[in-house]
Amino acid sequence: MFSSTPLDARNKRIQNRVRILFGLMTVLLVLPVLLILGLLVYKGAPVISLEFLLTSPTEGMTAGGIMPALLGTIWLVSVALLVSVPVGVAAAIFLSEYARDNWVTRVINLAIINLAGVPSIVHALFGVGAFVLFFRFGTSILAASLTLGIMTLPVVIVSTREALQAVPHAFREACWAMGATRWQTIWRVVLPNAVSGILTGIILEVSRTAGETAPIMFTGAAFFLPYLPVSVYDQTMALSLHLFVISTQVPGVPEALPFGVALVLIALVLTMNATSIVFRTVLRRRRKW
Amino acid sequence: MAETPAIRTDRLCLWYRTFQALHDISLDIEQGRITSLIGPSGCGKSTLLRCMNRIVERLPYVRITGGIEVLGHDVRAPEVELLQLRRQVGMVFQRPNPLPLSIRDNVAFTYRLQRGTQRIPRPELDEVVEAALREVLLWDAVKDRLDDSALGLSLEEQQKLCIARLLPVKPAVLLMDEPCSALDPAGTEAVEELIWKLRGAYTIVIVTHNMAQARRASESCIFMLMGRVVEHRPTDELFVAPQHPETADYIEGRYG
Repeated sequence: MFSSTPLDARNKRIQNRVRILFGLMTVLLVLPVLLILGLLVYKGAPVISLEFLLTSPTEGMTAGGIMPALLGTIWLVSVALLVSVPVGVAAAIFLSEYARDNWVTRVINLAIINLAGVPSIVHALFGVGAFVLFFRFGTSILAASLTLGIMTLPVVIVSTREALQAVPHAFREACWAMGATRWQTIWRVVLPNAVSGILTGIILEVSRTAGETAPIMFTGAAFFLPYLPVSVYDQTMALSLHLFVISTQVPGVPEALPFGVALVLIALVLTMNATSIVFRTVLRRRRKW
Repeated sequence: MAETPAIRTDRLCLWYRTFQALHDISLDIEQGRITSLIGPSGCGKSTLLRCMNRIVERLPYVRITGGIEVLGHDVRAPEVELLQLRRQVGMVFQRPNPLPLSIRDNVAFTYRLQRGTQRIPRPELDEVVEAALREVLLWDAVKDRLDDSALGLSLEEQQKLCIARLLPVKPAVLLMDEPCSALDPAGTEAVEELIWKLRGAYTIVIVTHNMAQARRASESCIFMLMGRVVEHRPTDELFVAPQHPETADYIEGRYG
């Protein structure tokens, strides 16, 4: 009794192989991340200094720092957030808390999914047509940020809606049964418990926005500018476009420079992601269901 | 009966789409008593309960005919403000569902809703919270941790809290939908004791699957079957000498 049969042995062999195969796949997934980071740090670290972050490019962008591009990326991301967060969060609240499930909401959901699937270069062309030309914003931070904002809207909507739906339905029922309106329920109970998820989504959106190149290159980002933007109607440099330019368009750039720029860009994005993780853990520790 | 009944239904019928869940329910539920609703699963007792504060209407495919009055007022009249009705006719659910707030904020929730944007002075709020918690016999257990999350309480305490948070707005009726079925025997006993203590001050309607509970913890009992009221009499009479064979069969456990 209880001794192993040939079938058991075979099952065990298959089980082991599957585990090893899947484990390998997981390692394969992590490997490129480590390689990219390693390469960037190895090649880019030598050029990183406070001076690199705080001065402008010089000598036809073959030397000097990246301050205008860094600043420009911060401009673009902030204005894009101002556009997409209020619209996206409000839309998500409506869809999750107010809208009934009927064909209208289904069409809206379909639209959101499709918006998420539109390639970024198409967003760029839309941005040129709509914001640069039609609304006459010109190539400017405003036009570029609006384009970025529209591009990331589905991310905000979907992540916010998921955060809202993660709040148990029983809380809403309890509120309604006590005579609270939908808005009181949302404001006092649903939002405070969904805020960590919403913030996470927003920060992930920031990191994606910071890295985009295509949507901004026709709408507001410049190759090189001798001055810094002072309003949303100015053009600006941006890290992602700067990286593209000095790696492919400018002759005689020392090899370490693009790696340095890439390192700054990825550090920016990773810091954002880390912040979102910290936010999430801190806010999640407070709740107990 | 000289007094206005706490709840009166008049030929109440309810359909979920094409399924008729309630047939011609005409009932008077007396003020200040505990009335239990018993019957097999699917007989309509929860539906009937949910009609009384109109929470059943949240489902878009519900159709209702007939009348429901609470303390002599038609609750389906067009001028009725649902939010007021729900505060007057409080509801306790099967699973304790305290909000993910502190114990204090849970108890103060309805009170704050009622006062709108007006700021409530701290002493007044403290008084309200203490009174409600004392009324449900929870004060001594939680008075030192009012700012802790309500979700850290035991299920029994949570359910008491769910009752406590209805009280600050002085409801006339408390509806309880199997309030003890998620609790262990000790918790059940404690909550039943509480319900028994609250009689007189509030009209309580309690849905239960537990015959012994109906017998122990109610004064009046309604037996329902397939969407109809079969028998509605004082609990001790109903259990000792049921007048209908269906009632007798059910309370003796021949089906259910």
